Formats: sequence, structure tokens, C-alpha cells
Amino acid sequence: MESIKVQGVSKRFTTKKGSVQALNSIDLAIEDKEFVTILGTSGCGKSTLLRIIGGLETASEGHVMCHGSQVTGPGPDRGMVFQQYSLFPWMTIQKNVEFGLKEKGVNKTKRIEIAKQYIDLVGLKGFEDLYPKNLSGGMQQRTALARGLANNPDVLLLDEPFGALDMQTREVMQELLLKVWQTSPKTIVMVTHDIEEAILLANRVVVMSARPGKIKDIIDVDLGKQRDYNTRLTEKFLEYKRQASNLIRTESMKVM
Amino acid sequence: MENQKIKIGTIEASQLSEEKAAPQVKTVSILKKVQRQFVPQKSISKRSAFLMGVLAFVFLILAWSVVTYTGIVDPLFAPSPSATLQEAVRMMTSGFWTDIGVTVMRVMLGFAVALLVALPIGIFVGAYAPVAAFFEPVFSFVRYMPASAFIPLFIFWIGIGEKEKIAIIILGSLPQLILMIANNIRNVESSLIEVSYTLGTTPINVLWKVILPKSIPDIMNTIRIVLGWAWTYVIVAEMVGASSGIGYTILQAQRTMKVDSIFVGILILGLIGLICDSVLIMLNKRLFPWSTNER
Repeated sequence: MESIKVQGVSKRFTTKKGSVQALNSIDLAIEDKEFVTILGTSGCGKSTLLRIIGGLETASEGHVMCHGSQVTGPGPDRGMVFQQYSLFPWMTIQKNVEFGLKEKGVNKTKRIEIAKQYIDLVGLKGFEDLYPKNLSGGMQQRTALARGLANNPDVLLLDEPFGALDMQTREVMQELLLKVWQTSPKTIVMVTHDIEEAILLANRVVVMSARPGKIKDIIDVDLGKQRDYNTRLTEKFLEYKRQASNLIRTESMKVM
Repeated sequence: MENQKIKIGTIEASQLSEEKAAPQVKTVSILKKVQRQFVPQKSISKRSAFLMGVLAFVFLILAWSVVTYTGIVDPLFAPSPSATLQEAVRMMTSGFWTDIGVTVMRVMLGFAVALLVALPIGIFVGAYAPVAAFFEPVFSFVRYMPASAFIPLFIFWIGIGEKEKIAIIILGSLPQLILMIANNIRNVESSLIEVSYTLGTTPINVLWKVILPKSIPDIMNTIRIVLGWAWTYVIVAEMVGASSGIGYTILQAQRTMKVDSIFVGILILGLIGLICDSVLIMLNKRLFPWSTNER
């Protein structure tokens, strides 16, 4: 069953100097419980596409369907995690993770229980009562991930979630995300400019071309379900990396 | 932080121990200590910050003492610190307390009314573009009309009683409060609002569930700043057509050439301001320990 269906989506931004075509007739169907990464150079419109799916931006043409109904705005069925964490600074980690559940009207005992479970899953047990400002960037992003997951959305949209983290933390977070997806599969759409990240995590990598943003190619990643850091060193992985790098490289050259 | 400091300390110590002449080591270490404090944007310890602040006051009083005790300046124009202190004691025992009380009451009452009106308007101006488009031009215009310029008009309209003084404070602080609170509301990151939408918050609820809690420390800070300005409005108001208050006392002192009384009045104003400011800063830190923008 299709979870997300992007149909003929274009986006133009009008600026003082005229209009800029950010996206040009994008068609994309994402299956239920599929992990799709959208890979592209900066300025290719990949974040705009994700924001349109999330309902935070409206398409100039075309539309997005989520489980059969048209997307008209943001909603709890499409949870989102941003690069800049966006935690509520006045709430403890526990309260942050509970936020969506509270909005849904889940009762207090149930809320606490679910939040604890996801805090545990992302490895933040013992940090529940701290405020975001007391946590490192990686820990803040874990909290944001737990908050997104605890709300149990149909689709989780990740906008370069690990972009602000250092390389080591990023790799740990990638494995964490893999583990989460393996234990409780869920439709995930993730935007990234990191080629290895895109391949390691995804069932399919959507490679975008720049100006106007179009889907250049879609790579089916057949690395099995059980992946970890060793997967990066396999021959198959390197082959995918070569393929994606070539696609991205021609795009980068074009923009330069 | 603490850890890092210790580390720097030990590295320094080991480096210094390599040098042979002991007295030289000492001067070098003091120089280095001072040098380490003067790095752009680097913060210093709370204790040294406090000491620096006290030092500035010491210098001020020292300079004041020098020009008055030595007779460089005629006592008629500037009394010495001890004479000022004596005058302060005399004034306090002969009813200056009531004047202070009157002024504080005027400020508090006027400011409270202004805040009560400004809070909802400021919040709505900051949150909703149509409300901003309606109110902002008017208040930006009124903001540039000095409150003191309205004193003659208000005396004509309201008289010279308490109401007129309070009206001046309201007029002075209201536009500032509204525009600054609106900005505090606007400064809430859009990503915070967006993420709450994707967690199920509605556009109506987002104002009081996300925007308000996030901006309250900033609004508190606005209150602190504008309260400081309200003090200047009250003094001006008290210098025209008043029969009590600190401003009135200062004006009376001028008429009888009692410069020491003027000094006391001004110093008391500064002192009350400093206390208000410190209390509000402390309150902000206590109430919102999660806030990253301290100070």
C-alpha cells in the first residue's frame, strides 16, 4: 500500500528578482514502511519537497496524498524532525517527548509510560528531568527523534536531522535510526546531502538534480534489512556509493 | 567549565616550574593571569566581575572625594561625600521617606496599568499580522512623541493631581511595552511553531502552548527595561505641578540652592533603579532556569 504519493508537484518562489523554480513536476510514490532518502546537493529543493509533504509549504502545482487523503497542511500523521533540533526549551526531556501525546489527549499515566519507552529506545534513560540546554547536540537530536516517534505518526519526515552533528555522533545516530526502523518499521522519508548516509539507511535513494529540482534517478538499495557500520565496507555498498557519487558529482559541477 | 579551568591551571604550573628564577616566575604569572582575562568575548568568573563592578564605584567616589575635599570645586556646587551622607540622614528623618513612597507608588501604579493593557495587545500584535498592521503604525508614531511633551496638555485635561502623573507614565511606557513585547513574540523560532504543528498542535493553541511559554523570559526582560524608562517619566512629571515625590524634592532643593539635597535625590533614584533591576534579573533566573539567554 502507498503511504505517500507525490503527484506532479512543482514549486516556484517569487523573489524581488523574479521567480525561481525550486521543484519541477515531481512524481514519487513511497510504500508503507519504506525508508526513502532524498539525496541532492544544496539548493536542489530537497528540503522544499519534504516540507511540501509535511504540509509546511504549499505546492505551486500538483499535490501530495498521504494514505489516500490530500495533504492540505501539517498534521500529526506526518511527524517531522528538523536539523536544528527544535526542542521546547522550557520543557524537560520527558515533557518534550510527551508533548504530541498530550496534544492527542492520551492520559497522563499512559503518556509517561510511552515517553519513557522511547527515551529508553534512543538511549537517554536517566536524562528525563534535564532541560534541552543541558544536553549535547547529539542528545538533543535523540530527544527530537524520540518525540517524533512517540507520537506514532504514519510517516516520519527527517530534514537533514544529523547535519549539525559531528561525524562520530552522526554515525552513532545513523545506527540508532537503523535500529529503530528495524525494531518497529515505519515509513520514513529523510533528506540528506550525505551520500553514505543516504545509502546506508534507505530502501531507495531518490537522487535529485538541481535548478530546477527534479528527480534524476532512483537507486534501489538491496543491502538487506540487517545493516550496521560494517555494511559501509562491503563491495555492494561501495558500488552503490560509486553510482550515487557519479550522479551527484555531475549535478554539483553544473551548479558551480 | 570548572574542569577546564583546573586543566589550564596545571598546564600553566608545569610550564612555570621549568623556569628557574623564582621572583621572575611570580611577575610572569600575574601578567599572564591578567592577560588571560583580556580575551575578546571571553567571560570572567562571577567573583572577579563583582570586584570589577565595586572597583568602578570606588573610583567614582574617589574622584568625587578628590574634587570636593581638596576644595577644587566650591561646596556650593558639589557637596562632599560625607556632607551628602549627612544630608541624606537629615532628609530621611524629616519626611523624605514619604516622598520616596509617593514616587514609587506612582511608577508602580502607572506601569502596572500600562503593562495590563500592553500585554494582550503586544502578544496579539506579535502573533497576528492583521493586528500588527492595524496597531503598529500608530504606536510607532506615538512612541516618538516624548511623554514629557504631553505634561502641559495633561495638566490642562486632567489637572495636577495623581492621575496626571500616572497618565504620563502610562503614555510613556505603553507604546514601548507593546512594540517590544510584540518583538519578543516574533522572535520565537518558526521551527518551534512548525514542529508543534507536526505534533498535532492547532494554530489557535500554538500561541499559548508554544509561543507564550517560549517568550515569557524575554517579555520579563522587556518589563525590566521599560520599568527603568518609567522612572525618568515620573521624575519629569513630578517637576511640573507637583507637591510631593522625589522629583518635587529635587526641584525644591534647586530653588533653595540646596545642592546636597539634589545629590541625595538623584542617588536615591539610582539606588532604587539598581535594586529593581537586580530583583527582576534574579527573578528571571529563578523562574526560568531553562532559558539560555541569561542576563
